[in-house]
Amino acid sequence: MSSRAFAPLEAGAFDATEKTGIARDTSVRVAPPPGTRRHWTESAGTARTRRLGLRFVALFYLLALLGAPVAMIFYRTFEHGLAPAWDAVTQPNAVHAFWLSIELVAIVVPLNTAAGIGIALLMERGRMRGRSLLGLIVDLPFAISPVVVGLSLLLVYGRTGWFGNWLTAHSIQVIFSVPGMVLATAFVSLPFVARETIPVLHELGTDSEQAAATLGASSWQTFWRVTLPAIRWGVVYGVVLTTARALGEFGAVSIVSGRIEGQTQTLPLYVQDRFENFDTTGAYAAAVVLALLAFATLATMSLLAKRTSRDTLV
Amino acid sequence: MAIEVHGVSKRFGTFTALDYVNATVEDGSLTALLGPSGSGKSTLLRIIAGLETPDTGSVVIGGHEVTAEPARRRGVGFVFQHYAPFKHMTVFDNVAFGLTVRHEPKAAVRERVEELLGLVRLDGLAKRYPAQLSGGQLQRMALARALAPKPEVLLLDEPFGALDAQVRNELREWLRRLHEEIHVTTIFVTHDQEEAMDVAQQIVVMNAGRIEQAGTPHELYEHPSNEFVMSFIGPVNRLGDALLRPHDIQILPYPDGSTVEALVRRVVHLGFEVRVELTLPDGRDIWAQVTRETAAELELAEGQILAARLPAPRVFA
Repeated sequence: MSSRAFAPLEAGAFDATEKTGIARDTSVRVAPPPGTRRHWTESAGTARTRRLGLRFVALFYLLALLGAPVAMIFYRTFEHGLAPAWDAVTQPNAVHAFWLSIELVAIVVPLNTAAGIGIALLMERGRMRGRSLLGLIVDLPFAISPVVVGLSLLLVYGRTGWFGNWLTAHSIQVIFSVPGMVLATAFVSLPFVARETIPVLHELGTDSEQAAATLGASSWQTFWRVTLPAIRWGVVYGVVLTTARALGEFGAVSIVSGRIEGQTQTLPLYVQDRFENFDTTGAYAAAVVLALLAFATLATMSLLAKRTSRDTLV
Repeated sequence: MAIEVHGVSKRFGTFTALDYVNATVEDGSLTALLGPSGSGKSTLLRIIAGLETPDTGSVVIGGHEVTAEPARRRGVGFVFQHYAPFKHMTVFDNVAFGLTVRHEPKAAVRERVEELLGLVRLDGLAKRYPAQLSGGQLQRMALARALAPKPEVLLLDEPFGALDAQVRNELREWLRRLHEEIHVTTIFVTHDQEEAMDVAQQIVVMNAGRIEQAGTPHELYEHPSNEFVMSFIGPVNRLGDALLRPHDIQILPYPDGSTVEALVRRVVHLGFEVRVELTLPDGRDIWAQVTRETAAELELAEGQILAARLPAPRVFA
């Protein structure tokens, strides 16, 4: 999941068709030695079939896995027209869930962006020991099931947990309220920025940072004016993934939030709640809102990517 | 500013990059650090710039000990081997960087950058990005960027290594002229002895983390202090322990008391210079460098037997 993968995704696909196109042309143009002609044509034909077959399989897989279900959600939502869907998403609880999800994203994404860049810098530029251990810790949220994350937060911050007494004494409520949900969301979405930024930092190398130092820049100036602009695409891609994960998180948040309607219900929890209460229109409509938020995130990034690549030709 | 290096050592793991090195570079001079790869020349340059910390020893620039100073406070301009351009900035912003980090007034920055772009002949390219420049242009941009804050010392790491032959020659010539113009104390690293002889006033020859010899190109060529310097600074023939320069071997049509017989094995015409490969009566092979005229006079051809006058060979203990 390299950060580079995002912007050049289309370019990569284009390259592949170009190459195969050239390969096909050559196989036709190069005169084969006499007697081998049939073999040559056949192999070109086989390659073509294989390529088409691969395309078909890839498209079918995407369609079955992603396209059809998402399309069905949209279809079911607007089955009876726009009005019922609109009514469903403007329910006070739905609106509250929407804003709560946005609030979580607004808190968690900046936190994890800063933390992720910091971790990436430590791992790529730092000289401390135990960097590989840090790498393992950063990957933990990928490995641990969100439900386990939720439970472990409960064990630490819950009423009977380690800090439970202290928190109660200072009347700070973590579990069943926003702070706990922030913790849970931050935990599960921690690795993205760091993991996307580390390879870009590695590839960037230290030359330009050292150049900045010899030109009199402080570390702070070097970071803001040289390092950050150079790694921005890794960071942006990480931010998009973090946002998507934070928006969609269900398991961990489900446990620490207590799922109190109109109070600690995020959009995914709201979808589940509506579904369990046989309010399919409400569930589908809220799901569409989630999907649209995700699309908007992706679209914002592609727009940014396009504009900047035209500006700097990097 | 004069640069002094006292007793500098540097190890990377078990590899000794520098082994108690002492060197002095005079104020305003143009010096080459010459040596094969792994000889420690780049490490020494980076230690002077403050990009590496020496394990022992000290660095003094213009009479001030700077060993503990970070790179950004040393007043040193550094040109990296691969130029290290800031790819997201225009040529203008790259060159202006060393001025804008010091918050200099905009008008002054503009004036200085334009002056420098003129100096490195990049005027008109200010709005380009590094990706739109050729290797030689990038090199000159990196130079302008390094010169912008008016450094006391200019350090260049293999400045011409990544360029093709013609651009390299142009830039050498140009660096020499630039140095005549601005007189900043300049040190450049190279593994190419011809480049060092061509550009530098002073050459410091390094090998295996030590300085073998320092001096003018002429001194090094005529009076090498050891075998390494002699064989690194120019072509040599090896006859046992003795070394002789190919151009010191005279080829004569007839023998006299001071010559030996030599069989011409091969004649290679390299433009003005002709390389004659010879076999001596004892079976040892040497080669001689003669001019085109000499080759024509002697009508050199393979299989010919001639007389060769060998110079007094140099033997290093």
